[in-house]
Amino acid sequence: MSKRYEIRFSGAGGQGLILAGVIMAEAASIYEGLQAVQSQSYGPEARGGSSKSEVIISDGPIDYPKATIVDALLALTQEAADKYSVDLKEGGVLLIDSELVTRQPAGNFKVVSFPITSTAKNEVGREIVTNIVALGAMVALTGMITRENAEKAVLARVPEAFLELNKKAFNIGYEKAIAALG
Amino acid sequence: MGKKVAFLQGNEAAAHGALYAGCNFFAGYPITPSTEVAEVLSAELPKIGGKFIQMEDEIGAMAALLGGALAGSKALTSTSGPGLSLKQELIGYGCIAEIPCVIYNVMRGGPSTGMPTGPSQSDVMCAKWGTHGDHPAICLVPASVQETYEETIRAFNLSEKYRTPVMVMPDEIVAHMRERIVFPEPGEIEIIPRKAPTVPPEQYKPYDTSFGDVPPLAAFGSEYRFHVTGLNKMQDGFPTTKASVVQEEEERQVRKVEGNVDDIVKFEEYLLDDAEIVVVAFGSTSRSARYAVNEARKEGIKAGMFRIITYWPFPEKQLLALAKRGVKAFITPEMNLGMTHGLVKGCTEGKAPVLGIFRVDGEPINPGQILDKMKEVK
Repeated sequence: MSKRYEIRFSGAGGQGLILAGVIMAEAASIYEGLQAVQSQSYGPEARGGSSKSEVIISDGPIDYPKATIVDALLALTQEAADKYSVDLKEGGVLLIDSELVTRQPAGNFKVVSFPITSTAKNEVGREIVTNIVALGAMVALTGMITRENAEKAVLARVPEAFLELNKKAFNIGYEKAIAALG
Repeated sequence: MGKKVAFLQGNEAAAHGALYAGCNFFAGYPITPSTEVAEVLSAELPKIGGKFIQMEDEIGAMAALLGGALAGSKALTSTSGPGLSLKQELIGYGCIAEIPCVIYNVMRGGPSTGMPTGPSQSDVMCAKWGTHGDHPAICLVPASVQETYEETIRAFNLSEKYRTPVMVMPDEIVAHMRERIVFPEPGEIEIIPRKAPTVPPEQYKPYDTSFGDVPPLAAFGSEYRFHVTGLNKMQDGFPTTKASVVQEEEERQVRKVEGNVDDIVKFEEYLLDDAEIVVVAFGSTSRSARYAVNEARKEGIKAGMFRIITYWPFPEKQLLALAKRGVKAFITPEMNLGMTHGLVKGCTEGKAPVLGIFRVDGEPINPGQILDKMKEVK
């Protein structure tokens, strides 16, 4: 049977997590030639409330579209980190925003942390691209998709006026994750 | 290569499937988790000269749908549980007046407002018994983005072929999930047109059974003038209470579907040849079931899946044949409190136990739950 790789983007509604998952899945499915399914769950609120977006990547057909044991997890709130880190696979990777997740969950997984939201705000220039900074970091940490294909998928999804902003956000996220890995 | 591919949501695929089938009229009222269908069609329909109308509520939307369809359009509405409840009286009108149209309903938690963003499979009974009176019911339950596209096309075809409303009911997971889709070329999938009258306007009767159980339907408002009513009617469309006519017409309306189950019922058999445990599943739950069946096979459990694609008419004949062949147990995982469970029990005549897995907490049934249930079978 084909091998599943499971990624979860989690946090609060309004952080752009669903879009981050969609771009990751598109990059895998359309640009990388793998199979991918993206699904989501969120509350009825437009902002706030919990939100998660899951991406399953495989070299074969994907039956169950939701995560079973997560290989890589992004948590942009303390609540998400506490709730979902228990689903992480042994040896998996957890990426957290170091300023929003102050109590670091412990377990048999690698934790990578940097101030994701502040990076978007101060280094890229707009807080709204937090999800793209996080996506860049997740692409680096998961290694399922090449940096080039992921960047193509990002640029295919954003309005022309914001191409440079998103490109910068994606690449800063990618570099920061590599640096944080040490 | 050559074929167009995209990475789409189930709802977006349904909208594109409708366009492939020739849909040129949409009337609806936005509701989570089905709004993306309206979003896509509000952008696409004007480009092809079609009409998109957002009505004041779901009842108005269903009325507009019937009007548009009767006037000759291929018509679609999309909604979810609370909207489906509101549409019911007019769905009955569509059944008795024999108006072909497609109702796309995404199943979310219920009853009432329930859980707007949570998945469910609890509208399947509403698809058949929501509107009162005896009437034909066709309901399709896709399990993937590709299948949502294709089943929406099939829904239009069945509605035209049998001149009756048809429902497509993905659960919220299938509707919001994104997957790769390969679009068929124009002409690759057959599109069934509406049967047009062959007689001149002065001889036309809207329910003329000399043309068979499915009489030709002229476009309302054209030179073909006819009467349409929710009352029991005669062949010319005018009301009647004549017992023999009412009996005959009611039976014909139901027979259009019940007499053609082999043409309408679609299903998938997965590893059933030697299966001792048969999981009967549909929609996103069938994806958990497939995962569980594959895991079970690795452990030496002879499991298989019967996947329902046409929910109404229910695949009774096929399930009874499986029960008669001999299975140790049927398992029905579903995101409701046992709707399919009851149907499977009914049609398998007690020949094998039917074990249910029911979940209504807004979470999907996971493969582990199904695998655990398989292990309970002795």
